Amino acid sequence: MTDPARVSPSKVFLAILLRDLTVARRELPYFLLRTTLQPLMFVIVFGFILPKMGMVRGDYSAAMLPGIIALSLALSAVQSVALPMVQDFGFTKEIEDRLLAPVAMQLVAIEKIVAGVLQGIVAALFVLPISRLIMGPIHGLTFAHFGLLLAITILGGAAFSALGLFLGTGIAPQQIGLMFSVIVAPMIMFGCAYYPWRGLDAVPVMKYAVLINPLVYVAEGMRAALTPTIPHMNVFAIVGALLALTAFFVWIGLRSFAKRAVS
Amino acid sequence: MSDAIHTRALRKVFPAIAAKRKRGAPPPPPSNGIVALDSLDLDVREGEFFGLLGPNGAGKTTTIGILTTRVNATSGEAVVAGANVTTQPADVRLRIGVVPQRPNPDRGLSVVENLIFHASYFGVARTEATRRADALLERLGIADKRDAKVDALSGGQQQRLMIARALSHEPRVIFLDEPTVGLDPQARLALWDILRELHAQGRTIVMTTHYMEEADQLCDRLAIVDQGKLLALDTPSRLKEQAPGDTLIELTFDGDAEAVAIAAQSIAGVSRAEAKGAVLRIFSAHAGEVLSPIIAAGEASGRNVCDIHVSGPSLETLFITLTGRKLV
Repeated sequence: MTDPARVSPSKVFLAILLRDLTVARRELPYFLLRTTLQPLMFVIVFGFILPKMGMVRGDYSAAMLPGIIALSLALSAVQSVALPMVQDFGFTKEIEDRLLAPVAMQLVAIEKIVAGVLQGIVAALFVLPISRLIMGPIHGLTFAHFGLLLAITILGGAAFSALGLFLGTGIAPQQIGLMFSVIVAPMIMFGCAYYPWRGLDAVPVMKYAVLINPLVYVAEGMRAALTPTIPHMNVFAIVGALLALTAFFVWIGLRSFAKRAVS
Repeated sequence: MSDAIHTRALRKVFPAIAAKRKRGAPPPPPSNGIVALDSLDLDVREGEFFGLLGPNGAGKTTTIGILTTRVNATSGEAVVAGANVTTQPADVRLRIGVVPQRPNPDRGLSVVENLIFHASYFGVARTEATRRADALLERLGIADKRDAKVDALSGGQQQRLMIARALSHEPRVIFLDEPTVGLDPQARLALWDILRELHAQGRTIVMTTHYMEEADQLCDRLAIVDQGKLLALDTPSRLKEQAPGDTLIELTFDGDAEAVAIAAQSIAGVSRAEAKGAVLRIFSAHAGEVLSPIIAAGEASGRNVCDIHVSGPSLETLFITLTGRKLV
């Protein structure tokens, strides 16, 4: 019997990515419900009801919208990698047919991160116009800094997908609920999504404690890109921190994946 | 002809799982881990139907795991279809097809998509992948389930889908890990026919099983393994010749049979007697003559016989001689 011809890794990568996108497309309504309902409900309460009642200041929407986009991006990226990983490495090891693909196994993990970023972008693009619609005109909203917006979206998505890879491969399936209440929920609340980081000047301890939270940089980055007139963290600090966090999460994510993939 | 598989001194030690210590408890004794595979040397020829026969926990699945690049060997060397499993794992994966112990289809995809996507991971273009998928579904008798969800398939149908998937990139070597476990007799026979057909096409097949009959019927050569060690390797018929010429008599008593075994050793015609709990195994060329003295010896030691089983020389008796235990 003759040997099959070698396949280029990029071709295999695209084939596996196409598989994930095919499955994701079928799950799209559930995916959007799971990842965007919570941010959108927040938009309704804090961006529509409370301003109507006159209980929050008019410029709160401008500070909150970028945070909501960041939150949708982060939540969907982390979930769209972590949840399938739990199933893929679960009882039947469904991921095995991809692990048997003729490429380095790390490529299968990197593909997961890329698929997570793409799904994060879909969620963010879904939430942005709906939020704008609910909240009405937003003072200072601009798309002029498109380059920065794209960079923050890709870096933030990558950081959270890689975190999802780590959580999904490192946590026992029974503890997946715990992951959301102990890791994801505090991350949302203390991630400067609902309030700008500069506003924490009023609570100095918090201002520095939240810096370990990757969501802070995504939210501040979105503010720098979308509503730059709102006081925000220095752009270089944001990008630097996101680069470092992405590198760290990719590293621990790949390690954890490799441990599950090969015994 | 070259070897399809070649291993030398293959060894796998899994780290022992540390038990949780209570506070203040003394540290556990140092453990060297669990030896799943101990110095395995195997050579499987191109086009051969090769069987790995052994009880659960013998190291069969670990062997398949190493040969399919899913388990890292602790030491030793393994070459599959000309590629080294440690240094060229992607090349190994290109040339092998794997049918796992438990069907693990991609549940996010339909039956036919499972095959098309799998082929695409190996660089097969979509039209060709679709053509192959339809041909395979037809050949394996699940064409009517083409567009169904995989959850709609029965266990036997899922197993056939796994075989179709393993073939969809036309590999040189096919690994099957206990492919017939959990199948009803009819599905098992159907699977045997499929495997014979694959073998006739010139593919190398490596199959693990703990069913004697299956190994005997299908395999060109058989390796008998137990506790990570290779105990015997030959064609099924030569292995049967190696089986002790004696008949095996197994007597189950209503209590420990050790005393009966000692007494039985002095009975004329008994070539070997050994007790394992309440079971006494007697090897004898004259089963009819020794039976009643043994029963009498049992009664003399206060034990009554509950069950008697007599079997002629076979792979089963060889296995018991080699390992001291039964396969299933």
